This record gives sequence, C-alpha cells and structure tokens, in this order.
Amino acid sequence: MSAAPHTLLKPVIVGAGPAGIRAAEALVAAGLRPVVIDEAARWGGQIYRQPPEGGFVRPKSALYGFEAGKADAVHRAMATIRDRVDYRPRTLAWNCEERALDLLCDGATEVLPFSHLILATGATDRVLPFPGWTTPGVFTLGGSQVALKFQGCAVGRRVTFLGTGPLLYLVAYQYLKAGVEVAGVFDTAPFDAQARAAAGMLRDPATLAKGLCYVGWLRAHGVTIRNNVRPVRVEGGERVEALVWTQDGREERTPCDAVAFGLGLRSETQLADLAGCRFRFDAMDRAWLPERDPAGRSSVAGVYLAGDGSGIAGADAAEAAGERAALALLEDAGLAFAHERAATLDHKLARIAAFRRALSAAFPFPDDWAGAIADDTMVCRCEGVTAGALRAVATTGQAREINRAKALTRAGMGRCQGRMCGAATTELLARALGTGPDGVGRLRAQPPIKPLPVAAEPASGGSAS
Amino acid sequence: MREILDCDVAVVGGGIVGGSAALFLRRMGFSVTLLERDWCGAKASGVNFGGVRRQGRPLEQLPLSQRAHAIWGRLPELLGTDAEYIRSGHLKLARSEADLESLIAYRERSAGFGLDLEIVAGDEFRRRFPALGDRAVGGSLCPEDGHANPRLVSPAFARAAAAAGASVREQTPLDRVERDGDRFVLLSGEALEVRSRFLLNTAGAWSHRVADAFGEPVPLVSLHPNMAVTEPLPRFLDVNIGVEGGGVYGRQAPRGNMVVGGGRGFALDADRARPQRDAVLTLMRDAAELFPQIRHAHVIRCWTGVEGYTPDRNPIIGPSRTTPNLFHAFGFSGAGFQIGPGVGEALAELVRDGRSSAPLDAFRIDRFPPDTTATP
Repeated sequence: MSAAPHTLLKPVIVGAGPAGIRAAEALVAAGLRPVVIDEAARWGGQIYRQPPEGGFVRPKSALYGFEAGKADAVHRAMATIRDRVDYRPRTLAWNCEERALDLLCDGATEVLPFSHLILATGATDRVLPFPGWTTPGVFTLGGSQVALKFQGCAVGRRVTFLGTGPLLYLVAYQYLKAGVEVAGVFDTAPFDAQARAAAGMLRDPATLAKGLCYVGWLRAHGVTIRNNVRPVRVEGGERVEALVWTQDGREERTPCDAVAFGLGLRSETQLADLAGCRFRFDAMDRAWLPERDPAGRSSVAGVYLAGDGSGIAGADAAEAAGERAALALLEDAGLAFAHERAATLDHKLARIAAFRRALSAAFPFPDDWAGAIADDTMVCRCEGVTAGALRAVATTGQAREINRAKALTRAGMGRCQGRMCGAATTELLARALGTGPDGVGRLRAQPPIKPLPVAAEPASGGSAS
Repeated sequence: MREILDCDVAVVGGGIVGGSAALFLRRMGFSVTLLERDWCGAKASGVNFGGVRRQGRPLEQLPLSQRAHAIWGRLPELLGTDAEYIRSGHLKLARSEADLESLIAYRERSAGFGLDLEIVAGDEFRRRFPALGDRAVGGSLCPEDGHANPRLVSPAFARAAAAAGASVREQTPLDRVERDGDRFVLLSGEALEVRSRFLLNTAGAWSHRVADAFGEPVPLVSLHPNMAVTEPLPRFLDVNIGVEGGGVYGRQAPRGNMVVGGGRGFALDADRARPQRDAVLTLMRDAAELFPQIRHAHVIRCWTGVEGYTPDRNPIIGPSRTTPNLFHAFGFSGAGFQIGPGVGEALAELVRDGRSSAPLDAFRIDRFPPDTTATP
C-alpha cells in the first residue's frame, strides 16, 4: 500500500480497555489522531474498570489486587495521550456499514467514517442455564466483579461462587478481601485437570503463582473449595436462599443469599460480523470468531481485531495485541513500521497463547452440562424460551442450525439478541442434534448490536472529523 | 451414487408459494418433490413484515387474495398451528382529506370483491382508534384482514407438505434444469436428480434463473424492505396499520413487540441483504411520529430480506410461454405473503386442470416483452 498523508487517515478504535488503549497509544506515537469509542464513562475496559468519577475512592490495590500496577499503567497510558485522541466515552457503536460506524451518544446518533478500524470490543461472561438461575441474587462472575469495582458493593452478604476459569477464584478472592462471606467456591473442573495442566502453566510462572495465591488465600481463610461440581438448583423465590450442588454423585446444600457464576468468557463479535469479517470456528473458545492473522488483521482490508473480542486470551494479551494491531495498521498504511517491537509483541503473544491453552485444559468447559439442563429450565430469558422448546425443534427435525431454531422459538430474539443466551443455545442444540458446537452454525449479527432508543436523533452538526 | 427421484411435480423454492403448492398438490394425489436451497420459508416468505392484508391490492389480485383469505382461515386444520395469525383488521390511514378521498374511491372500486371495507373518519375515528389520536383524519378498515408470524407460517406449509407425503429437500440447490422429452430433469450437484412431468418455478427473487434456463428472460429485480422491531410493550394496538400513499407500516405482535417497516435495505450480494442506516433512522423517526407509544422504547433488531419485484409490481403467475408444463409464480413485489397460499392452490389447479378457477390473465409472463431489461 502506498504511503498516505497522516491527515487523510481516519483510524477508529472501538473499546477503551487494555487492547484499545495500547492501540491508541501506538497510533498516537506515530503521529495519528485516532478516535476512541467506548461504552463506559471512563477508560479501562471491564478488567481495569474505574469507579465513577467524583464518587467514592478506593485504592487501586483494593480494586485490582495483584493487577493494580498493570491497571495503573494502562490508565496512565490513556491519560497521557488524552489530548491527542478523539476520545468518545459513553458511546455505543451500534452498526458498521460501508466503512463507517453508527454511533449513539447521549441519545444522539452519528455516522463516523473510518479509513482503518481496530475492534477491541472485549468479552462478556459465558453462562449456561440451570434450575433457578434466573432467581434474583444470581449474578455472573463478571457482573459480580463489576459491582465490586464500579458500584463499590457486593452482590450479597454470603456468596457462593460457581463455574470454572481463573475468574472464579479471582472474584471469590476479591469478595473475601472486601469483607464478604464466601460460602464456597464450586469449580466444575476436575481437580486432576488442574494438576495436569500445571506443567503447561509454568510457561508463565508469575501468573500461575498469582492463581495459586488466590486459591491459597481462600483456603487459608477456611473457604470451602470443591472440584468436579455440577449445580442442581438455586433455591429461593424472591431471593436466593441456597445453592444445591453435587460432587461425584453426592448432593449438598449451601445456604447463601447470592450466587456468582460463569464458565469463562465469550467474545463480543457483532461489529466484526457487521464489518464483513470472515469467521472460523475456534474449538478452544467453542465459538465462531472473526479470523485474524497473528498481527490482528481481519479478512477485511483496514479492519483489525485485538483483545478478547476476537478470542479469549486475557488482559496481558489484549495489551500486546492492541499495540500489535496498531503496528500492522501503520505498516499497511505505509507509515514507519517498528519491526523489532512487532517481533517482541509477536513473541509475547505466542507465549501467552501457549499459557492460555494450558489454562483451558485446567478449566475445561463442562460439556455434559447442556445435555443435563431440564426441559422446563429457561434458556433465553428475554423471550422466555425453555430448553424443552429448543430441544423440540431440534429433535423433530425442524431446526438443524441455530438461526432456524431462533426463527421458530424466538431464542436469541429479545433485547440481548443472543449475546447472553447464544452460547447456551448453541451447546443445547448441538447436544440435541448429536453434533458439536461447530455443527449448528452461528447467529448472524443484525444492527443495532444493542438496543437503540426509538427517539434517537442524528446529532446536530453532522459527523465530526 | 446419484439419487434419482421420479415424480409428477417438481417445485423449485420452498417459500409460502412453493410450500403451499406442494401441500395442495399432495392433497390432490400428485407425487411432489420440493427443492429448497436454504431452509423452507427462510427467505422473503419467512422474514417479511407479517401483514396478512387484502386491502389496497390492485383489483386484479383480489380474486386470488380472497381465495387465500379462505385458506388463512383454515391454518390450524391445514398446518396444525395458527402461527400467531389474528384477524385483527387492517386499517389504512388517511393523513389528509385527499388521501381519505382516495380510500373512499378504492372502497367503491373494490366493492364487488367482498372486502367489507369500512371508512371511519372524524370523531368516530378518534373514538374507535384512540391509540392513533389525531395523526390521521380517518382510515379504511378491512375487518377480516390481520397479521401473522411469517417465521412460523411459511416453514409450516412446507412441513405440512412433507407430512402429506411430499419429498421436501432442504439445503438442496438447483444447479441445472432441462427438458428430456416430456420430462423435466433437475440436478442438484452430483447427488440428486429429480425427474418430473411438471415444474413449478416458485423461487422468489431467484426465479429469473429458472425462467432464463427455459429461454424466458424476465425483468425481475431484488429489493430489500427495511424492518425494525421494538422490545415488548404494553398492548396499545390490535389492528395492522398501513398508510395511504405508502411510508411506514406497523403492527403489534401478540407478545407486545411493535414491528414497523419502511424504506429499503441494501444488498450484500445476490443472496443476502442488510438494513440501511439512513432507512433505519428514517423509519424510527416516522414510526415514533405515527405511534408515540413507542417513543420511549428501544429498537432491538432491524432486518430485511431479498424480494423479487416486477416493473408493474404485479406478480408473474401462470404457464410458461416457451415450455409446456412449466408454471411460474414469482415477483410478488413485496406483497406475496397473504396471497401466497392462494397462489399455491391456483398452481395446483393449473397442474391438475390446465387452468385455474381464479383469473390469472393480469399476471401472464408475456405482458413483458422478452427483451425487457430490469430496472428497480
């Protein structure tokens, strides 16, 4: 590609988490002025989410634990370049069409053309339903963490933690540190999976040490930790009263007033879909993800992917991938390309990817869960679609893939448009059809990717440049 | 090994027209094979607005539309589901005295067809339709028109045809079709060969490909009606709403979601389309103006589909002019949902009797000169 004058480039970054901020920093260093779109009021993303401005103040060490240093560095990086980016907080990118994004900010819409687009859209919790999961007091792990980091409150006084993945132990640890009673940590992964995977995780001893520290701290404070657990049901009507669970066939009941649960994360891929990116099935994430090369290039020229939004790899990888995608952008635009830095980042990303594979072996997805969901359990809570209704369209041959199941049952047709229930619907259909999650297709993204107020009006003054 | 199916009738396209034709043919005793490239009822038949409306159609469509109306009344018997079909009434709004005059004129012209149109205006209009306030001077109500869930109705016709013994092949594209003596030969890849005496071309926006194969170019273009749906809202509207002169249309689904349409999306390629941003924003503004009840709601999804349009906006229905025993039914130009089952029944009659009991002259393919070029 031939060199373009800087002023003709209109790079846009979606997401101001670790990936988006490091991407912006690299573009600014090259003399560009990127637009940074973010839904949150303050930068940091989900992992390094900052509390509201002007409210209560808690030290970063309390908010982010061992990651306080990294959080602070990311926050400072953005503060440093603040005047050299067009930063748009509280702004939703709800559509991508013909090399322009549609934005929504304070009830006003705007069309923002881009020459290059870096999507750093992050992830949300991956959840599978179980009886009682819609009872008030049941939260996702990520949601429980946001409550603590952003609202400065806990989801309950006595909380059980259920699911698998590093976040399970991290959030339990953070709750314990915040003075909340942790009624138990119930991991769906078998203990020996973690023991076997430890060798692989030695690739990143610091991260492994932190994980072990969380577990150690929880144990030292008398917290019950169980492996190979499956939920039976949440008890309680107006509010959670207990979690009933089994371990190796034994049923137990743990009284609590809140449950935090999650089975790892799922990528937010809708904008990449609307941007026309080609997708591939990723067996480790059990999800369709936009294709990206090691530098973060998507299948669409000028569109780059970084961070958890195009495959779950965590915050450290997001920082490196954000910067790496920005370097790829600069190279493609014919600007100065930092070869050595790019090589360093490539090496780092490869190392994290290997660690991530070990992590996924340590916290395997409980692929028997979906098959065990009772027929009367709600799967799509927006539209009230049960597991039985989904199984019925699969087993009668009416739906052999997920979009047809959606059309016939409404699963994934409500406010969340499948962002919350899509993984569960996929797993459940795959089970019912006797295939894997790769065999049922993927939900097609439609604008708006999140609900759009009917009263939204185009912003006066047209699009900013 | 290639599978060979021999049958009386091959149907290309499993939308509401092809699916209902297959069903009625089976009920007449013909053996039927239906080929659908995607899933039955997944294209325009399954993603349209869901209006089940006779009112406003050109008069030449009304006999078929009336027959379709009778079929819609038998959905539970025919399909085993009501598919959320409600005879709520269709109210066409007049936003000016001139528009009201035009509705009155349509009522007079269509008087012999049994639509039972009722003009409601002034104070009575505001009393009977308080949800619409003073945003119209009046309207024309067709009490037995209504709306339904297209995602459920259209696949159900093909499913009922299969249950009645039709061989319904989904994910089965038609790659080649030709005549072999008095038989049609249809090929899907190397895997399937269908041989039939009759061929029905009900392939929607892609029907021109089949017509082309028999030397019958048609001026068909693809357009993409733009639609949006809100989150569920408290019930405020029973009737299906249109506006004289076009523009926005809307209905409230049984679950409470408000479905609105207007404007056009754009093509991604020959098979896929997306809502267009300006059309979405215009639609939201117009819908909020007509239905203030949704002003504080959210749009949760926009969508469009791929629909075949003819230059005069009437469909092409009837025998091929080049090939005996080939019958076309396509080009419904955004208004095929209600009339679809009536067309399916007429096609079955054409196969059985060589003629349909409903007049089809206005829909002859030869009304377009063979060299007509397509323009949107």
